[in-house]
Parts: sequence; structure tokens; C-alpha cells
Amino acid sequence: MSRLFALIVKEFLALLKDPKSRFVIIGPPLIQLVVFGYAATFDVNDAPLAVYNESRDQAARDLIARFDGSRNFRRVATLTSNSQIGPVIDSCEALVVLHIGPNFGRDLRRGGKASVQIILDGRDSNTALIALGYASSIVNQFNATWIRDNGGIGPPARLEVRSWFNPNLESRWFIIPGIVGLLTLVVTMLVTALSVAREREQGTFDQLLVTPYRPWEILIGKATPGFVIGIGEATLIIAAAVLWFRVPFVGSLATLYVGVVLFVLAAIGVGLMISSLAVTQQQALLGAFLFLVPAIILSGFSTPIANMPAAVRAITYVDPLRYFLVVLRGTFLKDMPFHMLLDQFWPMAVIAAVTLTSAAWLFRRRSQ
Amino acid sequence: MGAPDQYVLTCRGLSKTFRVGRRSTEALRDLTIQVARGKVTGLIGPDGAGKTTLMRLAAGLLRPDTGSIVVLGLDASRQSLRVQASVGYMPQRFGLYEDLTVQENLELYADLQGVSVASRSVRYQELMQMTGLAPFMRRLAGRLSGGMKQKLGLACTLIHPPRLLLLDEPTVGVDPVSRRELWQIVARFVREEGTTVLLSTAYLDEAEACDEVIILDEGSFLGQGRPSEFSQTLTGRTFKARSAGTRKNRDLQEACSSQADVIDAVIQGDAVRLVLQPDADSRRDSMLADLKDVSMVPVPPRFEDSFVAMLRARRIADGAAFDSSASGDEDDLTVDAPDGNGGERGRELVRQAGAVGKPGRLVEVHDLQRRFGDFHAVKGISFDITRGEVFGLLGANGAGKTTTFRMLCGLLPASGGTLRVAGVDVRRAAATARARIGYMSHKFSLYGTLSVGDNLRFFSSAYGLARRRRRERIAWAVAEFQLGSVVNSNSGELPLGYKQRLALACALMHEPEMIFLDEPTSGVDPLARREFWHRINVLAARGVTVMVTTHFMEEAEYCDRMAIMMDGRILALGTPEGIKQQSRSPDNPEPTMEDAFIKLIETESVQT
Repeated sequence: MSRLFALIVKEFLALLKDPKSRFVIIGPPLIQLVVFGYAATFDVNDAPLAVYNESRDQAARDLIARFDGSRNFRRVATLTSNSQIGPVIDSCEALVVLHIGPNFGRDLRRGGKASVQIILDGRDSNTALIALGYASSIVNQFNATWIRDNGGIGPPARLEVRSWFNPNLESRWFIIPGIVGLLTLVVTMLVTALSVAREREQGTFDQLLVTPYRPWEILIGKATPGFVIGIGEATLIIAAAVLWFRVPFVGSLATLYVGVVLFVLAAIGVGLMISSLAVTQQQALLGAFLFLVPAIILSGFSTPIANMPAAVRAITYVDPLRYFLVVLRGTFLKDMPFHMLLDQFWPMAVIAAVTLTSAAWLFRRRSQ
Repeated sequence: MGAPDQYVLTCRGLSKTFRVGRRSTEALRDLTIQVARGKVTGLIGPDGAGKTTLMRLAAGLLRPDTGSIVVLGLDASRQSLRVQASVGYMPQRFGLYEDLTVQENLELYADLQGVSVASRSVRYQELMQMTGLAPFMRRLAGRLSGGMKQKLGLACTLIHPPRLLLLDEPTVGVDPVSRRELWQIVARFVREEGTTVLLSTAYLDEAEACDEVIILDEGSFLGQGRPSEFSQTLTGRTFKARSAGTRKNRDLQEACSSQADVIDAVIQGDAVRLVLQPDADSRRDSMLADLKDVSMVPVPPRFEDSFVAMLRARRIADGAAFDSSASGDEDDLTVDAPDGNGGERGRELVRQAGAVGKPGRLVEVHDLQRRFGDFHAVKGISFDITRGEVFGLLGANGAGKTTTFRMLCGLLPASGGTLRVAGVDVRRAAATARARIGYMSHKFSLYGTLSVGDNLRFFSSAYGLARRRRRERIAWAVAEFQLGSVVNSNSGELPLGYKQRLALACALMHEPEMIFLDEPTSGVDPLARREFWHRINVLAARGVTVMVTTHFMEEAEYCDRMAIMMDGRILALGTPEGIKQQSRSPDNPEPTMEDAFIKLIETESVQT
């Protein structure tokens, strides 16, 4: 037991006495938390808007005032002819062009029905769709007010929207729990992926292998710093999410931490497996990124897995982040009970078991 | 001073300091030297002496902090491009492209040096003939042996005939035959093309072949002159001591070096070579009486004697003396368990050996093979090591020594054959079996960011030592290997000699029955090498079995038995004396180990 303890102490010393690896643990996660927390949002604010108004009617001015008053749009140009629409979109000066025809007011008063044209820059389809959503809701509000004031007949059915769990549909509530998983994965991978490779490069791994340590002891020694740092990092970011970014946490902390532990173990397993395969630290780092980038993109962090083609969806089943994100979002916003998350827990446990075992097996088998 | 053209390289007050973080290393300190035209000048000094820094300054790759360096009449720091056009520089690891053929490498370097296409083919022919690489023009450089790579590197440096040739340790780790050939190529260039050569080397017998040597130590200039000028200072002080009885040379060497009047004692052939204090002549009789049954014959001094004497005097003056005779007093602390369970362990060993059926054999290797892809690194070798023996594995880089070694330690699986260490295959055996061996590699694999104390604590715990026993062993290691002054320093920042001692201390922490040493003396200075072998002698005297690999031929003399390896095969196996016997001839009645090695390679190549 004291032998194992000495190994763990050694691993911590080796990690923390090196200023470079100390920085890797502390610096980037904090910077990324701040940057992602504020920058990564789907909300579209101040979308540049160009207005081409051919109508001299009061109703048209009302509608434009609603757009001007919205914090989602910012007027950047006022157009005076049809030919100006093309250039203003092409140059990315405006994302949205609101075109009100000359007969807008007359049509509205005569038949209670008039058209407005919205032209969108579809090159960034995601943003365009969101801007369109804002525009339609402004037009809907305009309609409602018009009907009330002018006594027209309202539409036969009306959509009354209530978003549960995130009433204002704040995308930050969706993204920040995801960042917990993302950053925990990055830090744990970096700590573990370099550990064996560093020793191989410096020749100390051979020295370690000729001592009486068994592979599983070396595995525990190598995994413990990653485990402690991974859990610590996750806790730090969860706390920042709740206390700083004010994302509500409604679920059970214990359930969340079952997920954290399993996820960190899986990340350690993948990291150590990459590290045992690599001969140099450079290879290990490349290997870690080769895993990290697809793991994040295919995790459902920003794009839903349900939208992916079946073949790609099959790949996501080996991505531990995929399961952990469900746990995070489930416990943060929904208070999902433990038994409903079991289907997320066991795949992470399987990934951890497989990768950790093969890492231990590779320690000895892999040799230059 | 003579004509200004007489000197190709002139340094005045040259200093260079490297800074890494808060640490700074003074690589060269106020160096003033001149290198004469048309001669071979050797740069001699231990690792960290500043040899490579001087080479790089001369090649215009570094700028001096202070002082000036003039190469071929040009200021090397300001006119570095023009200097590089007329200087050939071959660094320690020459940049051969391993995935290109010999021919393609030559073409590449010819392009880089701007050699006209018309003159190339003649030059290639000359160089390839000289280096003996002509039959291998289409072979990938990565597939060449270590010696051939070095020769190809030299050829690439020589495509554009340089006026000054800078060679940084061109022969380290190269087999003796290739070493001789490299020297012949260099000598021929000096003779035929009037090239000036400045080369650094760790082999002191090579220093003797230089016209002039410059001795550096820790960045300071110690002397310059013909090698014989240095050795002459020791005239009348060098002897060969022979024991009349059956005493082993190793014991005799130990006895001699504990004498106050002996500055240096090394095993040379069948005798021990001694260098005595300047005024020791009068006390020689009492010394001989003290040693018993020993006869002493005067021998002419050689360069190595004076170099070692010089370094030793310097270390003593620095107060950093690690005189090997001084540590002899502490030998009682070394290897034997203090509580007398050594006997019990001995019985246990006999029992285990009995299980194998061959008592006394600690290591048994039969038809051992190892393949890496289609490369056959070890081609079926067999040997035994008897308990308590010092067994040496000699060979050039790439001979298969390290692969064999790693298989024995259980770090690499064998592709075929059997191997047993203390009756078990270390690779397949339970972890506890590994507690009986110690391992030290030439990289001195320690945790560089951890302090010396942390390293000692970790390795003692790794081998299961605890409490009092652990404290005792750590205290022993600190005292025995004089690590007290550096216990809190990071081990990565220690000088090489300290690293070597710390690595050995870590490997011996658990008092192993057998210790594996992979090129333990590579790169360390001759004093540290002598000290190291003294420790090995002490270990062997206590019954520890030692297996050591080395590419220093003379170190074979310290072994009881040895195997010479080449291309994955054992060329000769036996006692050093027996192996040398094989190459004894009327015109070479007393061959050195190097002569024997060369003879073996020659007979081998005739056969194949």
C-alpha cells in the first residue's frame, strides 16, 4: 500500500513541479470558461438590418418602429431603391432586409391582408433562421395590435408558446452545462495523455517497468492525478456556472456526480490509452486532439445528435461526452431522476473499463 | 606569431553563457586559442567542457557574448554566411535523411552547398571509394549501420572541399573498424587537400593521433600542445603492476588505488597501469611491500595518464574531489545486508538455481532472437552468466546490445529462443521477481523535475522499503554517492556525473542480486568513469552479479567474461584475456581489445 502511495505522490510531484503542466491545468480552462461562457451563445443580438420602405403609410412606420425598438435588430442602412438590396447583402453589411411595398397600408385597410418581404443572408443558415424567428414574432405582435385597434377578424387559431425548463429560451442555460463536460474532457485528456508519453520519452518508464510495480498499480498511479484534477475542474466549472453565470441547478447533485466520476474515468482511460500508444509527447498531444475534436463535435454539444445521419450517429455511441452531456443538461435544468439516467451511466462505465484495461495492457506490450 | 595565415582559427577572450529560465551555464570562459593550418587539432574534455559550443561558434551558428572568433580571416559572428561557405561542420548527430538513399543524400548536400553538377560525379566517386560506401549507393540511409552513417555524414560534409573541417565527436559509438576508417579519411584529406581539422572526441587514444590537442574543462582552457608534450610531464611516474599470485586484476587495481601515492590505476591488458605522485619514487619500496607479491615495470606515459592527472588535480583544487580511494572507507556500508540475512538469501538463490538444474548460473540465454518488422536485431544468441560475475556486452551502436539487454530486463519480449534470469523470465514472472534486479540505463532515467531526495524516496518505496529500512538506505545512498550537497536540487539540473551517481544509487536502493547497466559510462568524464568502475568492483566483490554494456573497448578489461556483438550476433565469448589471445600474432604479441575486435570483424567478413 505504501508503495502505491509513493507512486501516486510521485505522479503528483511530476505533474505539479513542472511549471508548464501546472499552467495546462489552471490557465486554459479558466480562460476557456470565460470566453465560452460569454461568447458561445445562439442568441442573435443587434443583427444588422436594412430597411427599404416604399410605403408612406402610418402602419408601415409602426412596423419599422417595432423593428428599430427590438434589441435583436440594429438598423444599419435605409435603402431607397430595389437595386440597393443586392449589394447590401453581398457585402455582409446587413443580415436582414425588411422590404415594405408601396401598397402596404392600402392593402391592409382594404382587405386586412398585406405582405412584407424579409430578405435574409442565408450563408450562415443558423443565424438567418434565428433572425427570421425574431422577425416573424415582431410581425405577429404587429398583427395582434392591428387587429385589436382596427377590429379586424383574428386568425382562427393562435399558437401560445411556453418553453419549459428554460422559459426565456436563453441559450446560455443550454451551453454552459455543456462547457462543464467540454472543459473537464480537455483537461483530463491533457493531464493523462502526456503522462506515460513523457516518461517514455525521458526513459523513466523503462525504469518504472523494471520495479516490482504491477501494471494495475502503475495504472492507478497514473490515473489518480487525472482523476483528482478532473473532478476538481468539473466542480470548479459547475460552481462557476451556478454562482457566476446564474444557470439554475434544479437536479440532484449526487446524481450529477455519479456522472462526473464515470465520465472522468472514461476520459482518463482514453487519455492513458493514447499515451501508452505514443512514443513521444508530441505524438500523444496529436493523438489527444485527434480524439478531442470529433468527440466534441459529435457529442451533441452544439448540434443535436438526432439530426446526424445514421452512420455518424453510430460513431457517437463510443463518445463518452455524448452521455455526460445528457446527464449535465438533465440534472441542471430538469431534475432528471437517477434511474432515468442509468442508460447514460452504463455506457460511460463500459468505455472507462475497456480503455483503462487496454491502457494497462499496453504499458508493457508497447515497446519501441 | 608568424604569418597571419598560419592560423585558421583564432579566439580571443571568447565567452558564452546559456540561460535557461533562472539557471545560467557558462559554456566557455575567456578562451584564447589558435588552431594551426593544415593540422589535425583535437578538442579534448569531458561532457560539458564547452567543446560543442566552441564548434558551433566557429561555424558561425552562435554569437559569442564577449570576445572575438576569427575563422579563415573572417569574423565568424558577423560574416557567418561567408564562414559557412568555406567551413565543413559535422555535428554529433549529422542530419542524414533516413528515408533517402545514400545517393540522394549526397545530391541533397551537394545542392545545399552549391556544388556544380559537372564536378559532382567525380567527387562522389572519390568520396564513396574512400568511405567504402560505393556498393550501397541505392540503400536508404536509415538502413546503414552506425559506422556507415557516420561515414556518409562525413562524405556529405566533404562534397564541397572545406578549408576548415569541424567534427564534433565523429566516432562516438562507432565500431573500431569504422573508427579507424574515419580517421584514415580525415588524415587523407589533411594530406592531400591541405584541410585543417578541428575535432572533438571522448576517446583519449584518439587524442594521441592528433597533431595538437586543446584541453577544456567546464568552459575553461587547461592547455594546448602536442599530445606528447602533455604525457612527457609524467615521465618516470607511469608503471605497470603485475601480481605474482592468482589475484584478479580488479582486486589489484582496488588495492593500488587505495595507496596514497597512486594518482590513477586502470586495468590494461594483463596488468594494472599506475600513475604515481611526482615525489613517490622514494616511497616505492614501502608501497610494494604494502601491496605484496606485486612487481612494477616502468612504462612510457601516454596522453590519457596526463589528462586524468590534470583533471584530478583540478577537481582537488576545486574542493569537489571524488577520489575513488576516499570512498573506499565507506565500502562496508555498501551491498551486504547489515543484519546478516545475506546468507539466507544465498540459500534461497541456491534453491532457485537448483530448480533450474544448473547451479551457479544466474542468467541463461539460449538462441535468443528479436525482430523489428523485417529487421533482425538479435539473431539467435546464447550465453550464460555465472553468479557473482561481471559480464560485459561489447559492441558498436546498432550491434544489438541494447535490444538484448532490454529483453533480459523484461522490457521487450523476445521473438524467439529462451532466456532466464535467476530461473525466471523476468517479462513473464511475477512482479516480485523484478525486485531482485537493478536497472540503470545510459539515459540516467530519473524524474528530472523531482529533487534528488524525491527520486531516492520514490525508488526506495517502489521497491517496497519502508520505515527504518527505507531511512537507512536513503541515508546510505546519500553518503555513499556523495549526494548530500544536492539533495534538494532538481535532478534534471545536475551535472552528468551526479546524474550517473544518483541513477546508480536508485538502482541499488533495494540491494539487488543482479544489476543491469546499459552504457553507464557513456558521455561522462574519465574520472567519473574510473569512480564508477570502482563502485562496480566493490559490488562484484560483494557477490552482486553485474551485466554491463559498453562501447569503450578498454572497459572490457574490467569484466570477468564478455561477449562481443556485431550485427545481432555474438562474435566472441569468453574472458577478455581469452578473446585477446585469439588475435595474438607474431607481429602483434600483445593485442589490445580493440585489435581483437577488429580482427574478429575481419575474419567474420571474410567468412560471409
